[in-house]
Amino acid sequence: MVSVCFYFQVHQPFRLRPYQIFDIGTGKPYFDESKNKQVMHKVARKCYLPTNNVMLELLRQHPEFKISFSFSGVFLEQAQRYSPEVIRSFQKLIATGQVEVLAETYYHSLCAMYSEEEFKTQVALHAKTVKELFGVTPTVFRNTELIYSNHIASMVEKMGYKGILLEGWDHVLGWRSPNFVYKPVMGEIPLLLKNYKLSDDVAFRFSNKGWKEHPLTVEKFSQWLLNVNGNGDTVNLFMDYETFGEHQWEDTGIFNFLRYLPAELLKHPDTTFAFPSEIAELPVRGELDIPYLLSWADMERDVSAWMGNDMQKSALGKLYELEQQVTRMNDPELLHTWRKLQTSDHFYYMCTKWFNDGDVHKYFSPYESPYDAFIYFMNVFKDMKKGLDTSPMKVEL
Amino acid sequence: MSAMRVLMFGWEFPPYNQGGLGTACEGLVKGLTTQGTDVTLVLPRHQECVIPGCRIISPQFKKIMVSSLLHGYATSEAYDAMWADKGKPSLYGRNLFAEVHRYAAAAQDVVAEEDFDVIHAHDWLTYKAGLAAKKMSGKPLVVHVHATEFDRTGDGAVNQYVYEIEREGMQGADKVITVSEFTKRKVMEQYGVPAAKIEVVHNAVAFNSHDFRDAIALQKQAPLVLFLGRLTLQKGPDYFIQAAKKVLEYAPHVSFAIAGSGDMQGRLMNQVAAWDLSDKISFTGFLRGAAVDRMYQMADLYVMPSVSEPFGITPLEAMRNDVPVLISHQSGVSEVVNHALKINFWDVNDMAAKILAVLEHDVLHSELKRNGKKEVYTFNWNEPARKCMGVYWNVMAGYV
Repeated sequence: MVSVCFYFQVHQPFRLRPYQIFDIGTGKPYFDESKNKQVMHKVARKCYLPTNNVMLELLRQHPEFKISFSFSGVFLEQAQRYSPEVIRSFQKLIATGQVEVLAETYYHSLCAMYSEEEFKTQVALHAKTVKELFGVTPTVFRNTELIYSNHIASMVEKMGYKGILLEGWDHVLGWRSPNFVYKPVMGEIPLLLKNYKLSDDVAFRFSNKGWKEHPLTVEKFSQWLLNVNGNGDTVNLFMDYETFGEHQWEDTGIFNFLRYLPAELLKHPDTTFAFPSEIAELPVRGELDIPYLLSWADMERDVSAWMGNDMQKSALGKLYELEQQVTRMNDPELLHTWRKLQTSDHFYYMCTKWFNDGDVHKYFSPYESPYDAFIYFMNVFKDMKKGLDTSPMKVEL
Repeated sequence: MSAMRVLMFGWEFPPYNQGGLGTACEGLVKGLTTQGTDVTLVLPRHQECVIPGCRIISPQFKKIMVSSLLHGYATSEAYDAMWADKGKPSLYGRNLFAEVHRYAAAAQDVVAEEDFDVIHAHDWLTYKAGLAAKKMSGKPLVVHVHATEFDRTGDGAVNQYVYEIEREGMQGADKVITVSEFTKRKVMEQYGVPAAKIEVVHNAVAFNSHDFRDAIALQKQAPLVLFLGRLTLQKGPDYFIQAAKKVLEYAPHVSFAIAGSGDMQGRLMNQVAAWDLSDKISFTGFLRGAAVDRMYQMADLYVMPSVSEPFGITPLEAMRNDVPVLISHQSGVSEVVNHALKINFWDVNDMAAKILAVLEHDVLHSELKRNGKKEVYTFNWNEPARKCMGVYWNVMAGYV
């Protein structure tokens, strides 16, 4: 018996304007309203709305079918502002009772590595928003970009979550399989491991004509999933929701693939669908010791895409240095701005290792180069810092 | 199979070069000879050659000696001015176009005496020689476009006669090599050459450089931003000084150096003086050899704000010398370099903002420097030479 668990990540950052040094102190807004709106509209049209339609159809057609989502708070905020129909469409899905929503940091941030206090606050803020919009309370946690370590697991366990998602990376697992539930070496929280091979077959390789398995049919893919029978309890298919229609365009046949996959899987009586919270109930089969930071990104599966070079480290370091100063100001608008700057994408845009990992970073960046991303971010940072330092409410630390 | 033999027409060659053209020619010749191709290089004036596999001959060999006044950057007007300066007797003819014809005529003597498989001509001054050689020998001709009249004049006063020679050369050649996609588009649009006849071969950079870093480190005071190139419309030095002025409003401690000479020098110096910034923006005059490396190594940032730059080797030289670069999109080199800051030449604000950013953020400076150095090592002259050899085989096959 294999439980297939789908989790889709839904996220959009608040992108920054090309903010020049000459803009500092002029009161020019930091965030690129028109760009963010335009991206939201585009992705809503190409991915969110059509994919949700297919999902709704599938959930109605197959009462056994289950899926899960994690929405970043900054996505939910922008969707409410620019495309409320997207929120309504997700609400419809969640109302079926066949959809689980996961916990994450509201700002899709890297704060788990910088401040436990801030981390708890952002996770709580996120849970509150999810409850307000969808009427559900998440019980399983996924961190930004599946960034994980023993330490993060123990924080999340202390916060009362009953499961956490991470990358099922070979270098960590060794001979072990991602198709079982594990626990951390110094804790009890169940670990749900992404089966990256099968997940990436859909998310990355689906339309790759150079791939020897192209084209990927539902029959072939179902067979691969069924092969897990006998040496696994679960197959965790974790991917960006934008896979459907945005990363893999409609003309690749991705929607048809999705449309026929559940029925194909259900032909086999040994297959069931499960929520992450149900997977977390399965027996724990082993223990994982991951003292360093693991993520689901790039070939390295580390955090070098966000914290790999000196520009990234410097920008992150300076931003988190402001934590006390910002929180003491007790200004919700300022706090929100500071936190929106924490969104991991800003640091991803500064990544300079493009040329080894193909054009993935380039494709997602609104800026011409990682250097420009750094310059604009630092100008915004300086403007904000200037405001803090000259504020009449400034508190001497 | 015996080695391929190339009869190459050039007009300048290090150390007697005025700019990037001679540097490119030398790099290419080294790349070709390293890979087993024999090169006979015809230059307007005699000089020794130390590159194995390459022989330099010059048309002083027979009847006519071609004046060293002949160089690739001169517009006809500038040439006339230069002539007036030197006040030489009219032994070599009154204008640049006469020189071009003399060079072409002299080339015919070379053709009669040399054995070769293919002809390769660099830029418009040698196209007539290339065409004459092709006509005499029946061998295929490749013309190599390092710059067009539209680049040299900044799309301004295009000299019709130069244009005609360029056009004739490109039309008469069997294959046209351009140094960038940027130039390929110009050649297609302005000269009516079909895309299929054009091959893009990006330039590279040589890695011999002099090291002055220790000495410089001792003297180092203020951050220095460098412009290095001919002071002509094409290179955009006027945009550079405007950006410098803007930077100095924000960061008065910064210094700017303008290395090079050209017809805009007087105007630029006057402008800087009028702004009362002569102590902040200095002019070094024309530099060559080790002085160029030294200049790069003194700089914290190299700026190439070219208005129309077919390729632009100088940013690669700067990167080789561990200097971050800021280059205009209006350049061929921006097509191939990733680890650089890029701007539109007219966007003085953006230029100033990026200069300030590099000087302010050490991490930005070091990241650009480190990645740039790594990247520049991928621009080896063997690669463009290999592509040229591919072109030779191609045109030769058409002549079998």
